[in-house]
Formats: sequence, C-alpha cells, structure tokens
Amino acid sequence: MDFTFSTEQTEMAQAARRLLEDLCAPAELRRVFDAVDERSETRWQRLAELGLFAVLAPETAGGLGLSPCDFVLLAQESGRAALPEPLAEQAGVVVPALSELPAGATLLGPAAQGHSGVAVVHGHHPYALLPPRLTHWLLYRAEGVYLVEARQVRAHAVASMDAGRRLARADITPTPAHCIATGDAAWRAGVRALNRGALYAAAQCLGLTERLLELAVAYAKERSQFGRAIGSYQALKHQLADVAVKLEFARPVVYAAAARLAHTDARTMAAVSHAKLAAGDAAELAARTALQVHGAMGYSWEVDLHFFMKRAWALAGAWGDRSFHARRVQSLLTEGAFALGAHTTFEYAAEPEGNPP
Amino acid sequence: MALEFNFTPAQQHFRAEARAWLRAHVPATPLATLEGAAGFAQHREWERTLAGGQWGMVTWPQQYGGRGANLIEWLIFEEEYYRARAPLRVNQNGIFLLGPTLMEFGTAAQRARYLPKMAAGEEIWAQAWSEPQAGSDLAALRATAVREGDSYVLRGHKIWSSRAAFADWCFGIFRSDPGAERHHGLTFILVPLRHPGVRVRGIRQIHGEPGFAEIFFEDARVPLENRLGEEGQGWHIAMTTAGFERGLMLRSPARFQVAAQRLVELWRREREQADPALAGQVAQAWMDAEAYALATYRTASRLMGGGSIGVEASLNKIFWSELDLKLHRAALSLLGARAELQPAAAAADDGGWLEGFLFSLAGPIYAGTNEIQRNLIAERLLGLPRG
Repeated sequence: MDFTFSTEQTEMAQAARRLLEDLCAPAELRRVFDAVDERSETRWQRLAELGLFAVLAPETAGGLGLSPCDFVLLAQESGRAALPEPLAEQAGVVVPALSELPAGATLLGPAAQGHSGVAVVHGHHPYALLPPRLTHWLLYRAEGVYLVEARQVRAHAVASMDAGRRLARADITPTPAHCIATGDAAWRAGVRALNRGALYAAAQCLGLTERLLELAVAYAKERSQFGRAIGSYQALKHQLADVAVKLEFARPVVYAAAARLAHTDARTMAAVSHAKLAAGDAAELAARTALQVHGAMGYSWEVDLHFFMKRAWALAGAWGDRSFHARRVQSLLTEGAFALGAHTTFEYAAEPEGNPP
Repeated sequence: MALEFNFTPAQQHFRAEARAWLRAHVPATPLATLEGAAGFAQHREWERTLAGGQWGMVTWPQQYGGRGANLIEWLIFEEEYYRARAPLRVNQNGIFLLGPTLMEFGTAAQRARYLPKMAAGEEIWAQAWSEPQAGSDLAALRATAVREGDSYVLRGHKIWSSRAAFADWCFGIFRSDPGAERHHGLTFILVPLRHPGVRVRGIRQIHGEPGFAEIFFEDARVPLENRLGEEGQGWHIAMTTAGFERGLMLRSPARFQVAAQRLVELWRREREQADPALAGQVAQAWMDAEAYALATYRTASRLMGGGSIGVEASLNKIFWSELDLKLHRAALSLLGARAELQPAAAAADDGGWLEGFLFSLAGPIYAGTNEIQRNLIAERLLGLPRG
C-alpha cells in the first residue's frame, strides 16, 4: 500500500507540463478561439514526439507499456493547459481499445505514434472530438464495436462553445464488415471505453480546477478595491478555500480509480463515476468562483479565463454527464452490487469482469 | 513503488489479528454514552481491556504500550475497530492529541511518566484551552502561570473543555509572561484535575449530559516538571497539537465509512416511501466517506515517505465535519417522523442517528471553527493577504 506517485511519474508529468505550457500559451489558445489557429497539426506532432500517445500501448507494439496510473497525470496536465487536441481520447481510450481488440492490431502502431488520428463515438460520448490526421472512426454501439475508415464516414461538424473542442457527428450505418466486437466482448469494450473516457475527463477536470484556482488567486491578490486587495476579504477567501477543499478531496478519488481501470466490475464503475462527479464538481465550483472573483473582467472575451471555464463546462457533459454518473452510483448502492464498509475501499471483486446486464 | 493499492501480507495479517481480537472482546451491548458518569466509567473500563490486548495505541512504541505500527496499519486497525462497532475512545484527547505532542516535545521522563498510563486508559485527559473571552481568538487567553520557586501557580478560567467533567488530567496553555502579548509568553502545562486549587464544573451539552466542563484555577500549584517544552513555547506546541486534532489522527475515515454504510442500508429499507432526491444525498455521503478514506491513505503514505502535515489539516477538518453533518442530516430525512425519537424510544435499527446528528453539529465548531480553517487555507495554502 503506497498512495504516492513515483519520481518517474511526476517527472513525466512535469515534462508534459513544460511542453503544454509552450503549445497552449494563452496567445495560442486565443488564436484557437478567434478561429485563426493553424497549429493543430504542429501541436499533435509535438505530443507524438514526446511519446504521449504511446504511453498505454504495449511495448510489443512500440509503446511505453505503462499503466493508467501513469497516464492519469498526463491527462490532468492536458486539462490544465486546455489543450485543444484530444490527447485523452486518442491515448487514453483509442490506443488501449486497439490493443485489446484483435482487429485493432494493425492500427495500434500508427495510432500510438500519432500518425493515425481516431475519432471515438460512444452512447455517452455522442460528439466525437476530431483529431488531426483523422484516418478512422471507432464506434461503440449497443450491438457491437465498429472500426471504420474515415473516408467512408460523412462527418458533420458541430460547433462547441469551447472552440478548443472540434466536434463532429458521424453519419454512417456500419456494416458487419466494420464490426470488430459483438456480444459480451462488445459490452465489455464499451464499459471500458466509457470508464476510460470518464476517468481521463475527470483527470482533466483536476488540472482545470488547479488552473482556475491559480488564476482566481492571482487576480484576487492583484485587484484592489476599497483600498486593499480583494483577496484580503473573507467573503472571497472562504469561496476560494472551498475550491481548494473540493480539489484536494477529488484528487485521490481520481488517482485511485485509475488503478481500477483494467476491471469492469461494479466497484470499478462506482469508483470511476465517483471520480467523474468529484472532479467535475470541483471544476464547476472553480469556474463559478473564478468568474465571481474576476467580476466583469471574467465575463469578457479579452480575459483568458473563459478558455478554461468553457473546457470545464464542456467536460461536465462528456463521457457521461452528472446525471448518468450520479444515477450509476445510486443504483449500484441501492442494488447492493458490491460490499460496503471501511475495509472494502481497496478490495477488488473476486472476478475482475462484471457481467452484461 | 508507486500507487500500490494492495495490502502486504504483513498488513493483511495485522488486520486479521485485530479483527479476531475485536470480535472476541467488543461488548455485545453498546455502552452508555461517555458524556455521563456511568458511561464514562464503562468506557474507561473498555480502554483497560484494549490496553490488555496491547491495542491501546498501536502506533506508539512498545515501551509506551503500543505496537510500533505504522500509519497504514493504524488505518487498518481503525477500519477493523469501527467495523466491529467498538466503543468510542474516551481518551481521545490523550491518545490522539497530547500523546503525539508529548512524543515531539516531551522529555524522556515525561514520556515515560504519561504515555503508558494514557495508552492503558488509567489517566483520561481533557483539553484546557478556550476561555470565556478566548474562543476562535485563542491568543486572547488570560489564564496565568506565575513561577514561584519550583512551581507554577495557575489562575484563570477555562471553558468548553470536553471530557473534563470526569477526566483525571488536563493540558492547558497559560500566560507565563505578563508583559508579552497575544501568542507570545504562553506556556503549555499539564495539570491534575483533582488537585487543590482546581475546581471543575460540568456543563450540560445540547443532549443534556455534561460532555464538557469549565475549569477554575484558583492558585493551583503544579511543579515545573509539568511544563511541556520551554517556557514561552506554548503557542507553538498548541498549534502542533491542533494540527493533530484537525489532521490525520482524531477523525479516522473508518468512522464515516461505517456510518455511510449504515445510511445506505437505511436507504434500502426506506426508499419505497422516500423522496427519490434522497438517493442523491445518500450516494454523496457514501462517496464523501470514500473520498476521505482515500485522501487519508494518501496523506499517510506521504507522511511515511518523510512528508509532514501542514495546512492540509485544515482542508481535512472542513471536509470531514461537513461530510458528517450531511450524512446524518440525510439519515434523519429518511427516518421522517421517527427522527425525533430519543434513543431509548427508537427501534434498534434506527438508534444512534439522532445522537450522531447532534454530535456532528459540533464538528464545524470544535478544533477551530470551519471559518477559521477557511482563513488558514486562504492565507497559508493559497497565499492570500491577511485581512
């Protein structure tokens, strides 16, 4: 039992942070929001060069063979930076899925190298984030999992309030030829994809909460009213302290759920939903508080704050919204789907696999 | 090693040993409330039983009655303790607050004198800090310690002192330098409660029992060796104790996890008649208790790796006190018309929620109000300017 990250893990996260601070400097994000950004391809290439898409790919496929506990900090950094490209989906959802499904083997290498961008659609993630170099769509449907070449899909762009999220809907009726999993295997693959998408969205929310809190604190120290810094007033201090509490009690929930991602049992579903709720609520409160601290400045297009608030609001609905995850936890508790009690926090079900309903 | 969430074989063995002992020794019928005289005596007896099994304070060195267990083992012990529905710890002010403070600031002689009797439940401790004019603003305290020869002569009035009505000793802070102001010139002194010049008067709490007391010091004389640390170091030592109080030791997560488990069971029984919105409150309480447990394992791991606990103790205190309150509020909502029934009138399944609710109401007040904690977080963690 050791709930601390290793030096290697924190150093990798720091390296990612340095790169992302460069790639997603406020001036860069502003170009994205003003629709004059032409650097998406460059950013994707730089992420690929640092090996970020290959973190979860097995070493036999040229990957780093690392675990979700390694990737969770990288997803957190991508949230902190409000990275416009879907690193979490490509590296956190697509690459592990391709490495688990035999039919994904040929695409695994190119996806892990970032040469192939794969868009994902899931029942709880209906709008795909379009990656640069889009070559395939990975579709999770009730009847099966499909892998379709991009040229066979008609993609309809959908505008997000967050210009850093390039969304599209896939217009396609997949044929059996595209099917790469059915039945139990498809159900399990769908649960895994949802858990991964939700958990890494939660990790991004942690990073966003950090960033929003830092922006709010910096502004509260700098802005003076009635002759003193507004951050010296208790009315604001207490709101900002509440954000810090939410953040620090969401972190361990997200990190512990990352360690369960290989499983599909009820306890894992509850842990992932808990992570999404805790980190989503923290980001929501951070956004609300940061805006209030900034006052009218925060409501303007000219101040950077909205880049991060919008990402927080967008992620609240992605990979299962609050209602979905709250109800999933409620039903599992009501049904008695797993053992409760103080000694069960780190227990795994005897069977790592849950059963389809 | 990093992010390893499996218990080692040694930790599993430790859990099994604790579980077996508790199963054999925890009283079958719950003890009377420790806030009254009869219950206090029963709880004191239970502390002796615990000490007999060497379970009084597992993290302490063997020479003081402990097992030299690490913090992860302590969390395991607590999980088994609450799982077994074992009695509340009547000596929590001693074992969780003063004990660790003595380890850090006490002389070898003081540690040998006080710790074994503390672990054995022979001496029960109370905290003598607040005064009528010094609550949140503790540094405004007025009680004095005047040095006369080889003694301190204590004068003053302490209040809201939990357990003091029936305890044996108290640890207090007194102004030893009349020329110094605020948190300067204070000294940390250990005082027997049944002692010439010390008068204790119980104060009935909201539930009617004398859960706390006021203590009058009327020229009470204690030897210099009852001083902990240096003269004038009292504030620093007291803040260390306060860190233990808000931080890792006093409110172990298992307490809330077991309560959350009971809440889920109550929900399952009541949900046909209940407002569906209560499902959200129940699930939130369960998640918050889990989050507190995970956060505590994280802090324990960090401390074992050589880290220290600082202002994060304030984050903890806000989180567990609010979680406790919401959890009990949800239970009372599920009980509906039965919520107001005194424990004696309540069905066995419903018992304890009202008592727990009343206790949870004190959480945001004691150990430094949550408003004070928010100021500490804002100023010391976030670096906002003082008002």
